[in-house]
Amino acid sequence: MSDLRDLYNDVILGHTKRPRNFGPLDGATGSAVGFNPLCGDKFVVRVRVEDDMIADVRFEGEGCSISKASASVMTETLKGQSVAEAKRLGLVFRDLAMGNIDGAQRLEDLGKMAVFSGVAEYPVRVKCATLAWHTVEAALAGSDQPVSTE
Amino acid sequence: MSRASTAPALDVARVRADFPILTREVNGRPLVYLDNAASTHRPRPVLDAIEQFYTVSNSNVHRGVHRLSQEATQLFEDARATMAGFLGADAREIVFTRGTTESLNLVAFSYGRATLQAGDDVLLTHMEHHANIVPWQLLCEQTGATLKVVPITDAGELDLDAFDALLGDRTRIVAVTHVSNALGTINPIAELARRAHAVGAVIVVDGAQGAPHMAVDVHTLDVDFYALSGHKMYGPTGIGVLYGRRALLDAMPPWQGGGDMIRSVTFEQTTYNDAPFRFEAGTPNIAGAIGLAAAARYISALGLDAIAAREAELLAYGTQRLGEVEGLRMIGTAAHKAGVLGFVLQDIHPHDIGTILDHEGVAVRTGHHCAQPVMERFGVPATARASLGIYNTHAEIDALVAALAKVREVFA
Repeated sequence: MSDLRDLYNDVILGHTKRPRNFGPLDGATGSAVGFNPLCGDKFVVRVRVEDDMIADVRFEGEGCSISKASASVMTETLKGQSVAEAKRLGLVFRDLAMGNIDGAQRLEDLGKMAVFSGVAEYPVRVKCATLAWHTVEAALAGSDQPVSTE
Repeated sequence: MSRASTAPALDVARVRADFPILTREVNGRPLVYLDNAASTHRPRPVLDAIEQFYTVSNSNVHRGVHRLSQEATQLFEDARATMAGFLGADAREIVFTRGTTESLNLVAFSYGRATLQAGDDVLLTHMEHHANIVPWQLLCEQTGATLKVVPITDAGELDLDAFDALLGDRTRIVAVTHVSNALGTINPIAELARRAHAVGAVIVVDGAQGAPHMAVDVHTLDVDFYALSGHKMYGPTGIGVLYGRRALLDAMPPWQGGGDMIRSVTFEQTTYNDAPFRFEAGTPNIAGAIGLAAAARYISALGLDAIAAREAELLAYGTQRLGEVEGLRMIGTAAHKAGVLGFVLQDIHPHDIGTILDHEGVAVRTGHHCAQPVMERFGVPATARASLGIYNTHAEIDALVAALAKVREVFA
């Protein structure tokens, strides 16, 4: 059994208590609502894309520690990235949360996202961690449909 | 809860010895199972009854002339008689279903569809489980009837004045839970039945959280329908019961068609079987019914009054101990409560609480408990819920409280 701190590490708890890029976003070019019926997590993710670059990304809503921290780290990770890179990072994050990352190989690729590697030990929490990433993908795609993890 | 002073106290150590699963560990710690409102465990006599059926008498019911089929039919109908005795009903008033949800759907789509018209009212309460909301919404959409909802107080009790105000000549059906799965509130069913009958309505009771925890006599309560689930009363999943007052069941049309519910079938005309068989299309969950009857015998032998007394004592202890946890707010503080301890802790999301408790071997339910209107009423997205059963102990309450200290430590 993994240590509880592998999941609830200080970085995650820090983002839970003080989420970054939390609040409304002026001039958003896309937004989406993500809902995790299991926990009742519900977030709005808004993006402002300029010349195919994510100029700004912010989120609002309510959720558990893992979902909120993940959304917070995601906004920090994606700001300044191209839309294509954001999609690629989303896939990397999903692999990470599901434990499909092979060792140090891609560590430099993970950056701050690496603090979520403990999530893989808690299968029912994977959806909490990936909710914001699913939602930003919808926001970038300009989809009006709410995203649900179910 | 009225407690019979003569009931012998529950011997919890002996009860625990009957449940093989309670010896297992979770994360290297003894399992502390406090999720009984979601599903209970099964004692040895239930497991044995199921195995006995499959190893000795397994066959289909109501069909074969051969020995095994006769035995299976006998066991299945004995199970029906046992469940009738358990509820103080006649065997002809006991329909086997997949569970409470199917029982409530049966009432909605057989009785309700045949009875309701545009302009009629169906009266629910704000504390219902989704299973006692959605079938009535579907029914109202189909019939043009109106759904009305009795509000609840801050303690999680029914607002009886509002109940009276909403109840009227147009009310055809009152659907109410015996015990709230999210709040633990025990509703005054006999009194609600009296008021419903006074306006000519029938009363449908969701007994999923009632039947496992207190003696239920449908005639004392004077209810028209009472639904329960096997797996919430130490029996198998996928089996439940609908009690229906005989005169009502006899007049109700079938709701599912198939084998066993008919007398004769031609392409021109089908003659339906009598109640309760008319409502049991297809091969039933035979082993489930036999297991459920074994569960009913098991808890009846322990004594439902003894169970209620023990769980009331444990609830009082749990309420007191949780009250000592800093930042904890109980959700559901009715004066008349069953063994449900719903709570929120500071601003920590219940799902985080659930994960950390699980790490300590403590199983609770977290989420909206299929009662989203209750969550909305109390202004929380979800709660954590510890729910008690016959095998729980004071030491397990202490383990819960110790694990909650860990939660506070992580989020300090």
